[in-house]
Formats: sequence, C-alpha cells, structure tokens
Amino acid sequence: MNKKEDAPIRIVLAKLGLDGHDRGLKVVARMLRDAGMEVVYLGLRQTTEMVVTAVEQEDADAVGISMHNAGHLTLAPRIVKALEDAGLDVPVVVGGIVPESDLEAMSEAGVAGVLGPGSSAEDVATCVREAVAARGE
Amino acid sequence: MASEDSKLISLVEKASEGDRRSVGRLLTLVERGGDSAEQVAEATHTLSGKSHIIGITGAPGAGKSTLTACLARDLAVSEYKPAVLAVDPSSPLTGGAILGDRVRMEEASEAGAFIRSMATRGHAGGLALAVPGMVRVFDAFGFNPIIIETVGVGQVEVDVASAADTVVVVVTSGWGDAVQANKAGLLEIADLFVVNKADRPGASDARRDLELMIDLSQLTGQAVRRPEIVMTTATEGEGLDEFKKAIFEHKELLFEGEQISIRRSKRWKAEVRSRLDYLLSEVAKESIENLEEEKSSSPGAVARKIAKNLLKKDELR
Repeated sequence: MNKKEDAPIRIVLAKLGLDGHDRGLKVVARMLRDAGMEVVYLGLRQTTEMVVTAVEQEDADAVGISMHNAGHLTLAPRIVKALEDAGLDVPVVVGGIVPESDLEAMSEAGVAGVLGPGSSAEDVATCVREAVAARGE
Repeated sequence: MASEDSKLISLVEKASEGDRRSVGRLLTLVERGGDSAEQVAEATHTLSGKSHIIGITGAPGAGKSTLTACLARDLAVSEYKPAVLAVDPSSPLTGGAILGDRVRMEEASEAGAFIRSMATRGHAGGLALAVPGMVRVFDAFGFNPIIIETVGVGQVEVDVASAADTVVVVVTSGWGDAVQANKAGLLEIADLFVVNKADRPGASDARRDLELMIDLSQLTGQAVRRPEIVMTTATEGEGLDEFKKAIFEHKELLFEGEQISIRRSKRWKAEVRSRLDYLLSEVAKESIENLEEEKSSSPGAVARKIAKNLLKKDELR
C-alpha cells in the first residue's frame, strides 16, 4: 500500500541511553515541524526496544537519533538492526557528533544519513525527505 | 486494486492475531481518509462496539497527558489492554506538528499500552472523521478501554473527546480564566471533573467553583447525573486511585442501564452526520470553485441555487 503523497512524513526522534544533551534534538524537532513533518518526540534515555515500539505503533516513516556521547558506532547499527529484525523498513538518520572518519562505517551499517553540527534547517529536512524517498522506491 | 484489497485483508488478519504493526498501519490508513479508510471502516465496523471509550480533555497544561499516562499504565499492569489516542494540534502555518505525548507515557508503553499520537492536520472536518474510525480499529482488535486525549480548545477537539462513553474534563486551580472562552462547551460535557495540581493554592477554590456551577446546572435540569469531582496531583500520584475508581463507577452506571445505548446511538448519529457533511461539501467543492461572483445575488441565494441543482444529480458514489 503506497503512502499517499500529500500525507506528512512521520518521524520518531530520540536519544539513546545515558546521553543527556537533548538541546540539539529539540532544535531538530522544531526544524522538522517547520518543514511540515509530524515529529513523534521520545526525548531522553530511550532504549532500542522503545524506539522500535514507537515506530510500530506510530507507523513512522523514519527514525532520527541524536548522539553526543561517541556511542554512534555501537548504537546506530544496533537501532538499524533492531528495526530490520522487527520487519520495519524505515531509514535511520543520525545527528550529533560523528567524526568524518566514521562516516563510512555508519553508511556500511545502514545509516541513511548523518547530520553534523552546523547543519541548516534545510539540510535536516532534505536529509530526512531523501532518506524516506529512497525507501519508498 | 486487487492487490490493495488482499493487502488490507492480510493486515486485518494479522491485526486480529495481535500484530501491533498491522494495527499501526490500519490506523494510518484511516487517518489519511479516502478509499482505503472506507475499506478499513467496513472491515472493522462489525468487529467493534465492545470497548469502553474514555475521553480526556481540558485546557493546555492542565495535566491531561500525565493523568492519561498514569491511567493507561495502571490499566496495562492489571488485566486490561488499553490504547491511547493522543491528539495534538498541527501548526496552522506549516502543517507540521511536534507530538510529545510519548515522553510522559513511557511507563504506560512499557507496561503494554498501545499509544498512538495524532496531529489535527489543520482540517477540522478530517479529525471528526478520522478519530471515530481509529477508535474503531482499536476496538475491533481487542483494545479496551480506549482513551482519547485532546486539548480542550476548539470545538472539534472538544467534540471528539466528548464522543466517548465517559468524558473527563481536567481543570487546575485558576481554571476560570482558561475555561472562560469555552465555558459552555467544556463544562457541560463532563461526566467527571478532575481538579489536577491539587497541591497548589487555589485548588479548593476551583473545586468550590465547580460545585457551584454543577449546582446551577442541576437547578436547570440539564445534567443527567451529578458529575463527580476528583482532586489529583498527578505528578505525585496523589488521587489517582480515586480517579480510576470514579471512571469505573461511571462505566458501571452506564452499562447497568439504558444510558450506554442512548449515548452510543447519539454518537452513531453524530458520526453519520459528520460523514454526510463531508460528502456533501466534497460534492459542492467543484460548484464553488467554478463560481463567478454575482454582485446581484446574495451568497445565501447562490448557495440555495447550488444545493437545488446538486440534489437533482446523482453525484455521490
């Protein structure tokens, strides 16, 4: 069943584990809202299971994870895999502090996009839109 | 189209086996409206009608989400299988929305409650069509009770929550100001009042004001039953047992007598009405778009002329 084109993109936003810096996530939530998306905001201290449950129940089109604790190489692949295992075909976008040398590893792990500091509202919205569109094809 | 049909059938099958992802998908189809929504409505209609529907509404910041979260959590850890439909406003400018109810409903979710966030998506008519359909999806697949949580501003949001078996209106101390604009709407629909943030000064004044208002409506004979008032401090867990008890007492009262069937037939009629409104306005849309301003005719006369012409045609599928 194809997604209707005029329906807004629904994205789940979360921070995983013990990472208390949610300011960036809040800014991103606002950026995506202003780009016309529906943001299901989970906030701090989420587990992989909680994200998967939210995607299932909210029938989300994408997941955005914010990371500032250098855990991206462990946690991002874990989220991607958990979603796959649950049979959920949704792209994962990671925002926060990811060194350039890790970008390839992130992409290999199946992360659809990485947004670093200084990304504009336009960058953020485009990244999510493209990630969702790529899955729809 | 045939493959669409078979996909829908398989979604319904999986949903009845308890697959939550399929329930999530069906909710989306209903929310989006159109042909798929009609098909889901047909598939779920006969399966529904068993669940107790609770509407929770009130001014922004009164504590609806926190109360809903506590209620859903407690129900989920006992023998119930609750679902929550949390409605938040879309931005009128961009159409986007930040749906933040899951933040407070973490424990409820972990205890097994199904939580679905929903944005009003700008068009008021859409909400009135989508919410009953989404509630029916929950009902059809065994979720009970179903809690609809909406902000009590705007007539449609109030209507949506008041289309429940048990309607809870949440107020806080100083509620007078917040509810002024919506006085009639909010206060007349309540089966149960919650004065939340009862630890704050002015809570007992709020209670007294409510009692007085209820006394007055009893005098004029509008109310069927005197709504109960419960004092809570949801963030501290105070008064939650009384809150739950009051909801269940109301439910028992409803299901004991005629009340439940009276309410549901009223609700059924209201839904037919909003569907009819929608169908008619869709048909009229084209006539209005092609309209050229006639300075000599009043808008009312033009509308009557259009209505007369439409009634002759068989435009509805």
